[in-house]
Amino acid sequence: MKKTGAEVILESLRKEKVEVVFGILGGAVLPVFDAMYDFPIKFILTRHEQGAAHMADGYARATGKAGVCMATSGPGGTNLVTGIATAHMDSIPIVAITGQVFTTMIGNDAFQEADITGITRPITKHNYLVKKVDDLADIIKEAFYIASTGRPGPVLIDVPKDVQMAETSYKYPSEIKLRSYKPTYTGHIRQIKKAAEAIAKAERPIIYAGGGVISSGAADELTRLARKTNIPVTTTLLGLGGFPETDKLSLGMLGMHGTQYANHAIMESDLIIAIGARFDDRVTGKIDEFAPEAEIIHIDIDPSSISKNVQVDIPIVGDAKLILRELMKYVDKKEPGPWHKRINNWKKKYPLSYKKDGKLRPQFVIEQIYEVTNGEAIITTEVGQNQMWAAQFYKYTEPRTFLSSGGLGTMGYGFPAGIGAQVGCPKKIVFDIAGDGSFQMNIQELATAVVNKIPVKVAILNNQYLGMVRQWQELFYKKRYSHTSLAGGPDFVKVAQAYGACGICVKKKDEVRPALKKALSVDGPVVMDFRVVEEENVYPMVPAGAAVNQMISGMA
Amino acid sequence: MKHTISVLVENKAGVLSHVAGLFSSRGFSIDSLAVGETSDPTVSRMTIVVDADERILEQIMKQLRKLIDVIKVQDLTGGDFIDRELVLIKVDAGPKKRSEIMQAVDTFRARIVDVNPKSITVEVTGDRGKINAVLELLRGFGIKEIVRTGRIAMARRNKNQ
Repeated sequence: MKKTGAEVILESLRKEKVEVVFGILGGAVLPVFDAMYDFPIKFILTRHEQGAAHMADGYARATGKAGVCMATSGPGGTNLVTGIATAHMDSIPIVAITGQVFTTMIGNDAFQEADITGITRPITKHNYLVKKVDDLADIIKEAFYIASTGRPGPVLIDVPKDVQMAETSYKYPSEIKLRSYKPTYTGHIRQIKKAAEAIAKAERPIIYAGGGVISSGAADELTRLARKTNIPVTTTLLGLGGFPETDKLSLGMLGMHGTQYANHAIMESDLIIAIGARFDDRVTGKIDEFAPEAEIIHIDIDPSSISKNVQVDIPIVGDAKLILRELMKYVDKKEPGPWHKRINNWKKKYPLSYKKDGKLRPQFVIEQIYEVTNGEAIITTEVGQNQMWAAQFYKYTEPRTFLSSGGLGTMGYGFPAGIGAQVGCPKKIVFDIAGDGSFQMNIQELATAVVNKIPVKVAILNNQYLGMVRQWQELFYKKRYSHTSLAGGPDFVKVAQAYGACGICVKKKDEVRPALKKALSVDGPVVMDFRVVEEENVYPMVPAGAAVNQMISGMA
Repeated sequence: MKHTISVLVENKAGVLSHVAGLFSSRGFSIDSLAVGETSDPTVSRMTIVVDADERILEQIMKQLRKLIDVIKVQDLTGGDFIDRELVLIKVDAGPKKRSEIMQAVDTFRARIVDVNPKSITVEVTGDRGKINAVLELLRGFGIKEIVRTGRIAMARRNKNQ
């Protein structure tokens, strides 16, 4: 049957079981949107393309399925860039489809022309410029396959307007023909046995779990392995939810703002079992002094992650879920010993804490969100202090419940990501834990949330500063607060109301709980403006470039 | 240390930019890069020479393999392989120096491909040792311009042969 390129795109999305597309249209994608007029696919019109990319990302993180966003050529595509880069750094499967000027115009500096495949080359797993309509269906099939297999990541498809209009005999391919892309899933059995031997011998082992545990769906396997062997587990920021933080083996997050006990434990360990984590500089601190006595097992689907930052002793390339299942067969039950005692002492000595006084402190707000949602919400965060407190003071027990821009650190991520997550998981409660700075970076998506009745709850920890940067200025730049003040910012309640959302301002500690309850009772988006203590710092903290057990502990 | 890497890629638009972009965005540097079609027209071979220690080389190889359009990556260095480069060298040569240059060129089995009143252009093909020797020799006469193809290389036998 003959179809136009535009119809091929929509048909193919349906074949890939895409539930929703986020985006904004423009001149170069008009054929697709014209075809969409009477095509049964859910489209959410955002107010900025960056929002669309983050929504696709949030949808993907919350559901495990590839998220899809769409934009026009030129500025439409370039506005997606931050969202695509965010997904790339955190290995999130999204497929971005952009319109492009006519093939005959490419390279002519045509109106709204940008070389988007050139621009996104370093921030996509792969990208395509479709030159012939006959290739379109194959490319879309490949794009979804590449985005969601192996180490996942964003894929961009750039489709010139004439290709959208041209006709082709459409048949969706049933299989992929890619000789050059074959991810390794099964771990090498000899390596797995070696790992089991190392685990049997270790006296001070620690599991260091990252986002790979979430994307491979290995949380259950990880939990079983840890409980059988009694190995304490610390996670990265993106690994939160990969192991229940309510478990006595949990050490919470490690790294720059991780718990002191996680950092002490990894530094003194004699065996690190890294699973789907990449030894990022925010985790290792000063790399030369990182875990000097530890032997390292590294399970990762991406061979290039192995021995990139630290030298690995036992690499196992493959899918975390399959490898952990296999490893489980070779490890013996182990009982807690002196190592656990030592860790428990650290836990007692250095708990996460903050000043409990009459003032409205941001950590308290997060603890209250944890309580009113029974720890069952999906939490998205912006970037900075709000993100670190959200990581520290809410206990994550399920995968895909903590969505945050880890690698790129994109302010403005949390709110649109929350919208995407809510669309993917309509029954869940979704909270965006925000800062007054970050929220303003994609505040326009309030319109998207209101119009589409997407009931995301935004909790702004409003300290009138770009708080994390101010903290660095306080600690490392002699309190010279150069341009970090956001004083004079908008009245967020009025902004919310102007968009048609509910706005609540909270100034006192005892108003927090009622405000959260009210927010939950509202059937629509809510913006809560928590006027928290302005110069609160995130502790503990490892200064950049120091070893991770050299922590500044604040008031504790 | 210099490594000669042989990379088989899909013969598609944009592949070169993916490979070249990888080197620049990860801070690896390329000494030379030569690309051409193989006996299978859907596949091209890139021969890339890089100056890197073992750790960097391992990253380069892994990152190359990660590119979707890269089919095979092989470090030829240390193995048994043939490599060649073609260089055109324009030498400052008035009529007086000409015969001396021609003799020298002959010794290396290089060829004179162009002569004009003020210069001679020499074509030399060979491995790195030979090319360096010719360059060294001609430098004495005054080299005006050099154009190099970059190295191409081939393993003497394939693994499964």
